[in-house]
Amino acid sequence: MEVTVTVNGSQVAADVADRTLLVHFLRERANLTATKVGCDTSSCGACTVLLDGQSVKSCTVLAAQADGRSVTTVEGLAAGPDEFHAVQRAFQAEHGLQCGFCTPGMVMAAVSLLNENAAPTEEEVRSGLEGNLCRCTGYHNIVRAVLAAAAERVAQ
Amino acid sequence: MIPASFTYKRAQSVDEALDLMAAGGDEAKYLAGGQSLLPLMKLRLAVPETLIDVGRLGGLSYVRDEDGHICVGALTSHHDLATSELLRRDVPLMAHAAGQVGDPQIRHRGTIGGSLAHADPAADLPAVVLALDATMIAQGPAGTREIAARDFFTDFFETALRPGELLTEIRVPKPAQAGWSFQKFTKRAIDWAIVGVAVQGGNVALVNMAQTPVRAGMVEQALSAGADPAAAAAHAAEATNPADDLNATTGYRKHLAEVLVRRAIEEARGRG
Repeated sequence: MEVTVTVNGSQVAADVADRTLLVHFLRERANLTATKVGCDTSSCGACTVLLDGQSVKSCTVLAAQADGRSVTTVEGLAAGPDEFHAVQRAFQAEHGLQCGFCTPGMVMAAVSLLNENAAPTEEEVRSGLEGNLCRCTGYHNIVRAVLAAAAERVAQ
Repeated sequence: MIPASFTYKRAQSVDEALDLMAAGGDEAKYLAGGQSLLPLMKLRLAVPETLIDVGRLGGLSYVRDEDGHICVGALTSHHDLATSELLRRDVPLMAHAAGQVGDPQIRHRGTIGGSLAHADPAADLPAVVLALDATMIAQGPAGTREIAARDFFTDFFETALRPGELLTEIRVPKPAQAGWSFQKFTKRAIDWAIVGVAVQGGNVALVNMAQTPVRAGMVEQALSAGADPAAAAAHAAEATNPADDLNATTGYRKHLAEVLVRRAIEEARGRG
């Protein structure tokens, strides 16, 4: 079927099999490979993207379900090559990543969390990231990064 | 992992969904948010030939107050349930439990109707609608009918929905007794409940203690006879048939049910 998705502001159209998952559409048709296939069972969150502004696990969404809708991947966050998003800056400053595999999904889950709750408590950050796993066990710094990003946004 | 091949159809209205289902036959399935169905399809445990996507039926996503009932559209997401001011005020048990389903990403996509129609005995919301004595509204080729929550969950992943019927609304009577609690025991944050309990007033329903969500009838009888929480909770595992699996033995689940039912009754009383 013909699927058209607005990915990071640009229309991407492709003729795909009905069973195509959104994560494969993004990686193989939109050629945006930051979004990772981790567990592939809706558990780890490495494939998290925003669908119409809300975080979803793109391994558990059909490309067909995103047809005509808007998707944001981590590649679409930065305003420019030298202008990282506040959450990206905070992950860098707070050492919120080690191997980096979970990072695109972590960042997108954090962006969605802050969209819904601009000033979360540490507890709310931890539960807000419950759908994302980090095998390096870097959770403390990830939580610090999200809290720092929230504080920076509130300060602005 | 990708699902086996299927044909995807998107319905623009309930009538079109019913027509597509009638044309699709036995091997067609409705797709709402897909948060239960798609993982099963990726594991090839479900192999529908046709998926009828009802996820765009925006008219079925709502929470509203009608004649002493709170009416919830079947396509309302768990996130929208958890954040609905109306639901948090009038049926806080449902709003709270919806906020405990899966994780934020799953709550953005998953729907109450999808969860109920899927009827996983380990899912949270089936026990919640049981405890609330809710009524399911189903539309089918023969028209619209009401199914009491007590009659809805018929077996393991089986409901009273007839072939071709689509669950469209969940109607919840405003609780007469205010106290409520939802307790869920999981190994990790996003896991299914090993055992869960939903309490509303004197109604007690159990997650994952049988082939379907069940009401803990003996606990309810003991409560109405004036038993204290611990004495009532001692009946929690009676007439249950919990699984014995990698997560927990049958005996452990029965023990958990007693502990969680006691905690739930105590918490509900504190809120009553």
